[in-house]
Amino acid sequence: MRETKYWTWHMTAGVVILFLLGLHMLIMHVGGVSTSFAPYSGEATSKANSLFRDSKLFFTVTYIFLLGIALYHGLYGLRTILFELTLKPVVEKSITFVLTITGLGLFVLGTWAAIATHAIALSGARG
Amino acid sequence: MAEMKRHDNRLGLWGWLGGGRWGVERHAYILHRLTGLAILLYFLMHIVVTSLRASGKYMWIEGHVLHQPVFRFGEYLVFAAFAYHAFNGIRLVLVELGLAVGKPIEPIYPYKTSLNVQRPLLISMMVLAGIFLLLGSFEFLGVGK
Repeated sequence: MRETKYWTWHMTAGVVILFLLGLHMLIMHVGGVSTSFAPYSGEATSKANSLFRDSKLFFTVTYIFLLGIALYHGLYGLRTILFELTLKPVVEKSITFVLTITGLGLFVLGTWAAIATHAIALSGARG
Repeated sequence: MAEMKRHDNRLGLWGWLGGGRWGVERHAYILHRLTGLAILLYFLMHIVVTSLRASGKYMWIEGHVLHQPVFRFGEYLVFAAFAYHAFNGIRLVLVELGLAVGKPIEPIYPYKTSLNVQRPLLISMMVLAGIFLLLGSFEFLGVGK
C-alpha cells in the first residue's frame, strides 16, 4: 500500500515536472518562442539573463519546487529500476538510505543556492 | 505448498533490457528508462554546477569550460532525452490511468488487442516530441542569430 502511494506520487511528480521543466526548457533552449524571461541580448543562459530570473521571486520559488519534485521523481525512478533486479532486503534498505541522503543533501544545496542568488540579484538590482 | 524462493524469477539486467517479442511499446519502455537515467545523471551534476553561481561562478557562459562544443552537444543530447522522456511519459500516464487502452471487449475471433488503441497514441507522442526537439535544435544550432 505504501509503495502504491509512492508510485502515485512518482507519476504526479512527473506531470508537474512536465510543465515546470517544459517551461524551463522553453526559456533556456527554445528562445525564439519567448524573450520575456531573458530580456538581455545574447543567450538565455547568460549571466545577465540568469541574474534577471534570479531576482524574480517566482523563479526562486519554482526552482526550489522543481528541484524537490525532480529529485523525488528521478531518485524514486532509479530506486524502482534497481529494485527490479531482485536484491537482498539489506541491499534494498541501503539503497533507499543512500538515495534519501543524496536527495536531501542536493535539495539543501540547491535551495541554499536559489535563495542566495535571489538575494545577490536583488542587491545588485538595488545597488 | 513449497516455499517460494526470493530469487526464482531473477532475470538481472536482461529483465528490463531485453525487448523480447513485446513490440515497439516495449522498446519505448526501455528507451524511457535509459533516457530517465541519463537525465538523472545530468540533473545531479546540473544542481551542483548551477549552485556554484551563488559564489559567482557561471561555468556555462561564454569563455568558460562548460561552454565548449562538446558540452553543448552533450546538453543537446540531454534536451533530446527530455523531449522523448516527457512525451512518452504522458503516454505512460494515460495508459496507467486506463485512458488510452480502449474498453474491455469479449474475446471473439479475430481477436482485437489494446495495442490498436495504444499505437496511434505512441505515434502521436513521438511526432510531438519530434516537433519539440526540432524547435530546440534551431536554438542549439544558432539558427536565426
